[in-house]
Amino acid sequence: MSVIIILVLIGVVVAGGFLVAFIWAVKSGQYDDIQSPAVRILYDNKEFSENVTESTTEEDKIDNN
Amino acid sequence: MGRKCIHCGADCGTNPVIWDEMPFCCHGCKTVYQILNEKKLDKYYEIQPMSGVKIENVNLGNKYAYLDNNEIADKLIEFSDGGVSRVSLYIPSIHCASCIWLLENLRTLNNGILQSMVNFPKKKVSITYKPSEISLRQLVELLASIHYIPEITLDQLEDKKNKKTDRKLISKIGVAGFSLLNVMAYNFPEYLPGKEHLSTEFVKFFGWMSILLSIPVVFYSASDYYQSAIKGLKHKIINIDVPISLGIFTLFIQSFYDIFLGQGIGYLDSLVGLVFFLLIGKWYQTKTYNALSFDRNYKSYFPIAITIIKSDLSEEIISMSKLKVGNEIIIRNQELIPADSILISDTANIDYSFVTGESIPVGKKRGEVIYAGGRQVGPAIRLKVEKTVEQSYLTQLWNQDSEKNINSNLDSVINKVSNYFTIVILTIASIAGIYWWLSDPSIALFAFTSVLIIACPCALALTIPFTFGNTMRVFGKAGFYIKNTSVIEGLHKIDTIVFDKTGTITHSKSMKAVFVGDKLSKNSLLLIKSLVSQSAHPLSLSIAASIHGNSQAMVENFQEIPSMGITGVVNGVRVNIGSRKFVTGKEDENPNETRVYVFIKDHILGYFKIENKYRSGLDKVVKSLKLKYNLYLISGDNESEKTNLKQIFGDETKLFFNQSPTDKKVFIRKLKEEGRRVMMIGDGLNDAGALLESDVGITIADDVYQFSPACDGIIESSSFYKLHKYLKFINYSMNIVRISFILSFIYNIVGISFAVSGHMTPLLAAVLMPVSSVSVVAFVTFFIRFKGKSLKK
Repeated sequence: MSVIIILVLIGVVVAGGFLVAFIWAVKSGQYDDIQSPAVRILYDNKEFSENVTESTTEEDKIDNN
Repeated sequence: MGRKCIHCGADCGTNPVIWDEMPFCCHGCKTVYQILNEKKLDKYYEIQPMSGVKIENVNLGNKYAYLDNNEIADKLIEFSDGGVSRVSLYIPSIHCASCIWLLENLRTLNNGILQSMVNFPKKKVSITYKPSEISLRQLVELLASIHYIPEITLDQLEDKKNKKTDRKLISKIGVAGFSLLNVMAYNFPEYLPGKEHLSTEFVKFFGWMSILLSIPVVFYSASDYYQSAIKGLKHKIINIDVPISLGIFTLFIQSFYDIFLGQGIGYLDSLVGLVFFLLIGKWYQTKTYNALSFDRNYKSYFPIAITIIKSDLSEEIISMSKLKVGNEIIIRNQELIPADSILISDTANIDYSFVTGESIPVGKKRGEVIYAGGRQVGPAIRLKVEKTVEQSYLTQLWNQDSEKNINSNLDSVINKVSNYFTIVILTIASIAGIYWWLSDPSIALFAFTSVLIIACPCALALTIPFTFGNTMRVFGKAGFYIKNTSVIEGLHKIDTIVFDKTGTITHSKSMKAVFVGDKLSKNSLLLIKSLVSQSAHPLSLSIAASIHGNSQAMVENFQEIPSMGITGVVNGVRVNIGSRKFVTGKEDENPNETRVYVFIKDHILGYFKIENKYRSGLDKVVKSLKLKYNLYLISGDNESEKTNLKQIFGDETKLFFNQSPTDKKVFIRKLKEEGRRVMMIGDGLNDAGALLESDVGITIADDVYQFSPACDGIIESSSFYKLHKYLKFINYSMNIVRISFILSFIYNIVGISFAVSGHMTPLLAAVLMPVSSVSVVAFVTFFIRFKGKSLKK
């Protein structure tokens, strides 16, 4: 069998893998809302909680530097 | 002008509320700022400055007490397990990036909240929380305290989720796209010079691979088209999906035959490309306004729970579905009356603005019937339920299902065209087949199938989705939201427009107050303004707005007597303002006019005549529409505005007053029976029946996310002046459709002339089909978008 045929088969399998991943993404609801994730990514992931006091936020700043 | 409110961006006026050296327009905004500042959530104001929601007075009281009722709470909660619950709430005021940020950081405000996720297009927030630390009621009240008030209605409790179909379409496009790229690669060598050097082994392998990859496209991705075609044929209609299905199967069988016999590579790349483009077109057309609701019925308006008084005089909150005739209910300030009832309390002050668009509350006495949909203004009242929610006067109006949605698809342009198209194509194919069978039988079958293949209505089928899909988007940007693309065709066909008055061509919230009597002195004006400023009654507000200047005098002994008037001592002078009966002691003499009498010190100065304020641009809209359409005005109101309206509409148009909601509906039906195509433009629930009955029902709304009866489209009230432009644009869109049909017929004529002469090749199909599809899509998109820019102004 020619090497091209093997390559084509590999190509289909790889692309098929992406297709499966795509369908999984659709089924798990990742395409239901395509607006808010685009905004969400821009926010800092800083944890807010009751415990956060002035001093810890300043430590955060130092860490970030 | 004063400074802008840090929270909501509204003008603060002359007396801003100052906190932390920041100006606020009202205490409501200041409170939210304080809450957020305290919890270090002030970044809210950095992401999108001044984007907060303004609510002057959040007085929840017991509004959400019903959420403590487990039965009701269970219906709302989506999931509950191991001390963790999840609830999805619809919050119409979600509008910007700051909203997302704040709502997703809700856990900062309360430790019981574990996680919150915003779905922006649907304006929903999904919150996971610990019921042991924060109850559902507290959660909702927390949201309300930062002015993100969730809308919880009966309708949502029964909401069935239908997002599955959307996901399926995306999967189908994915499969088709995957196959398209691969099949194109396999077929590509065939189109290059020197293809004869390719060994037959390769050709065969590529052929079989193509068949393998196109099977899921034919049987999965394109399956909707067969279903729709069969459905159409059952109803004896040849819709556009019939020639599409025919084309797909001919392409597939012909290709399979070619590859099986080793005659060539077939047309599978064209086939898969065709399905892919069609699905893209379908997806483009399905763009809907998720957050807008076009199918609201009375259930979307009514509260989901109500307080009843049991026989032992204790109060209980029950869900609306359990409300029975004979129950005694309590309706508090600003609550909606859910069913027709009889008043037990002495007096009530009912605001029917929700039902009639009329914003002046009506006084009611003990024993009078109060219709569902009214809203109590003032102290709590007791009522006895007379009819169930379903049988109440107003709810019955739009309980009947309308049949128009079923009919609208039958006579659409595309189905008419495809009817002729299919017949013509089958005739040409048969003639070509018979001709070749007589002269050269070896290519007879090929000639027959090639006509079906090349005449595939791809370009034709893409015209409508892309033209209407683009029109819908252009309208959406210009403040006119339509339910789906078939509404565009409906709008094109109308010849009669019926307007409602209050709230539609007039402002529902603001009125014009004109003083009738001797010219008021500066001092009198000051006294009047100071007194009416104490009251939140719509009439007081419009009088206050009509008097310029900001100075205020001291008001003592202020008293507001529901449905009568207001009284007080201003700067030491007695001032009475209110109805004729209240001020003069005589009965009202002119019921066709709303008058507010003024009494200062010892005599009556005159009265304010309250007039409707017409929407700006109404003159122009009517003048322009009059040329092409029959205009009618149908109002539930009295004839006080008749002369004004005559001037605007002219004599030949018909004006109708004192029409009940049922009259309006019957009126529309009569017009339809006369063969007219009617568009109804209304706003309140009193128009709901007429909106459903009309061919196209359009609602005008100040806030498009709230309070609109079931309809086909919603126009933002600020965009009303563009109404005639929208209708003109529809005509333009239809012209684009026609030109684009001609374009695709030209492609077909070229293709068919090759096909009937027996010269069809896979290469020709592979070039002609995508070129025709893409050029049609590009053509309609460019022209609609280009013209659409003029609508935004």
